Amino acid sequence: MSTPSEVPAGLPAAPEFVEPLQEWHRLHVRMLVVRPLNESIAMLVPILVLLFTGNGEKWRLIASGATVAAILAFSYLIWRTTKYRITDDQVELHTGLLTRKQLAVPRDRIRTVDLTSKPGHRIFGLSAVRIGTGQQDVPGTDGLTLDAVTQQEAERLRLLLLQKTVAPRTAASGESAEPHAEPVIAESEVISQLDLKWLKFAPLSLSGLVAIGAVFGVLSNYADDLGLHPVQDLWEWLFEHPSFTLLGVFVIALIVVGLVLSIPLYILQFWNYRLTREPDGTLRVQRGLLTTRSVSVEEQRLRGVDIQEPLLVRAGKGAKLAAVTTGLGSKGESNLLLPPAPLSVAHQVSQNVLKVHDDPTLRKLRKHPFAALRRSMIRHVVPWIVIAVGLAIWAPSWAWPIPVAILPFAALVGWDNYRSLGNALDDRYLVTRNNSLVRSTVALQRTGIIGWRIQRSFFQRRSGLMTIGATTAAGAGVYHVTDVGESDGLALADEAVPDLLRPFLVREGE
Amino acid sequence: MTLQLRTPRHQVSPKSVLLWTMQAALFWLVLFVPQLIVFLLVSSPPTWELALLVATLVVGIVHTAVEPSWRYRVHRWETTPDAVYTLSGWLNQEWRVAPVSRIQTIDTKRGPFQQMLGLSTVTVTTASAAGPVEIEGLDHEVAQQLVVELTNTTQATPGDAT
Repeated sequence: MSTPSEVPAGLPAAPEFVEPLQEWHRLHVRMLVVRPLNESIAMLVPILVLLFTGNGEKWRLIASGATVAAILAFSYLIWRTTKYRITDDQVELHTGLLTRKQLAVPRDRIRTVDLTSKPGHRIFGLSAVRIGTGQQDVPGTDGLTLDAVTQQEAERLRLLLLQKTVAPRTAASGESAEPHAEPVIAESEVISQLDLKWLKFAPLSLSGLVAIGAVFGVLSNYADDLGLHPVQDLWEWLFEHPSFTLLGVFVIALIVVGLVLSIPLYILQFWNYRLTREPDGTLRVQRGLLTTRSVSVEEQRLRGVDIQEPLLVRAGKGAKLAAVTTGLGSKGESNLLLPPAPLSVAHQVSQNVLKVHDDPTLRKLRKHPFAALRRSMIRHVVPWIVIAVGLAIWAPSWAWPIPVAILPFAALVGWDNYRSLGNALDDRYLVTRNNSLVRSTVALQRTGIIGWRIQRSFFQRRSGLMTIGATTAAGAGVYHVTDVGESDGLALADEAVPDLLRPFLVREGE
Repeated sequence: MTLQLRTPRHQVSPKSVLLWTMQAALFWLVLFVPQLIVFLLVSSPPTWELALLVATLVVGIVHTAVEPSWRYRVHRWETTPDAVYTLSGWLNQEWRVAPVSRIQTIDTKRGPFQQMLGLSTVTVTTASAAGPVEIEGLDHEVAQQLVVELTNTTQATPGDAT
């Protein structure tokens, strides 16, 4: 544990007296163009739709023009009202037009720095800097974002802000480290980088289908605005002309397009992927073809790893790896350490970033009791039976066989979900595995556990099971050991964090 | 030999039963009254509307009658110099443990019903977004005392809470 303020009690906090007023910086002036450019990619569709649907009525042109003008004016005002500075102690950001916001992040609380350049940024050589702290109290208020500064400035900030946290400034000597000094640059060690063979996991990760879904969602939103209801029309049409061949063709077409799309998507997200250990004690992930990202995580704050195996990727003996750490949102997969890759690589990387001799996620896991299988089956199968019954009563007669056809798969998923469940404990990590569709094996540092949430639902009590949640400041905030036997689960929790649960345990039948 | 969690030492205030009854009653009234109005205003309401209305009424009455006292029998809390320990829920129950060394904030809040009954909720947060420990339905004086006590033990315990 680092102690944030290492000012000896006897001395006055020197920098408070000698601290030179640091200059305020503005975001780069090119943001005047870049912000509209980035936003307009999202706005392009409605503007084009407005322009080209209908018969070029005047109001459409005016509306489009007004939209563009509003975006430009908005971006100017944002630029005018935003300034930041980095003092010896904190990063300050003043922003906001109507509501003035003044954000300050103490520099010794900085845990992560995330540099993101969207295509608009890259054309103009800029980069957005997101500074993450470990605070999770209020969701969405974690850290602050400078959008955007030049790429050189971003790089300088990354080195500067993270270096401080590793080697705290020698406040006692009265010298305040000059925050604008060039940080020392040493060699970084490459832990892993993109191998084109990994592309075979792209189709398996179903990212293509997800992308189609997202695009479809956006489009149907716009269509709704225009008074078109393609989905509804399609459904109604299907209800009137039920045809399994048509449905089959549609599903196959969807899958083919999804598979084809997944490869460019993988390249788009993970091109130039590199995971490095930097000399300043951070792990750094760089990736991206058009939008480039560089996420730096303070190594000391890494509380564990999460090996994620989506069903098909798992079938192809692959996995991706995520960091369990403070100061990172899960938005846009900022916690990703390794894109879908062979499982063996995931274990190697896991072992390397955790600095252990054998990867804790490879431990032999203890199985959960048979009653957990029953619960898993019921949870996965019963909903489909309910849907089938509902459809049989209220829907046309061709509808109910669909959930019935899904039943065997649901049962398989339920069985596989049970097979996934497991837990293990070694001298440093609590390992727990959950889920089937995206199987997740989490190794959580035992010293990172800051409390327990132990749940027993009505049915769990009847089966003698419980779900044990280890709360932590990092990652998802809580990691579950699902449907474990009561006695085993409590013994596990008791052993994982000595003395915390002990006073509340009673032994019976000794 | 089997391990079990023992129940925490203290019960919450008996007035909590009234609090939860009021909360449950309000919830079901919000669901029931609009349905009733629609049912009375529509000239020939369909049967499913009547069925839904009756179902809401029955479930509402049973829930309001059973849940509060069940909850009261379950809810318990305890603090030691090292940890805060609670049990809550009724059908589904949950134990929470937070070590004092990891406590970040301790606060009390009182909703309108709680103010009427002189009750408070004490919330203890840790650095985990998922880990706040809540003790609902304490007598106001007990809550105040608890906050003072916890604040003192927290200050006396070293640790940077993350």
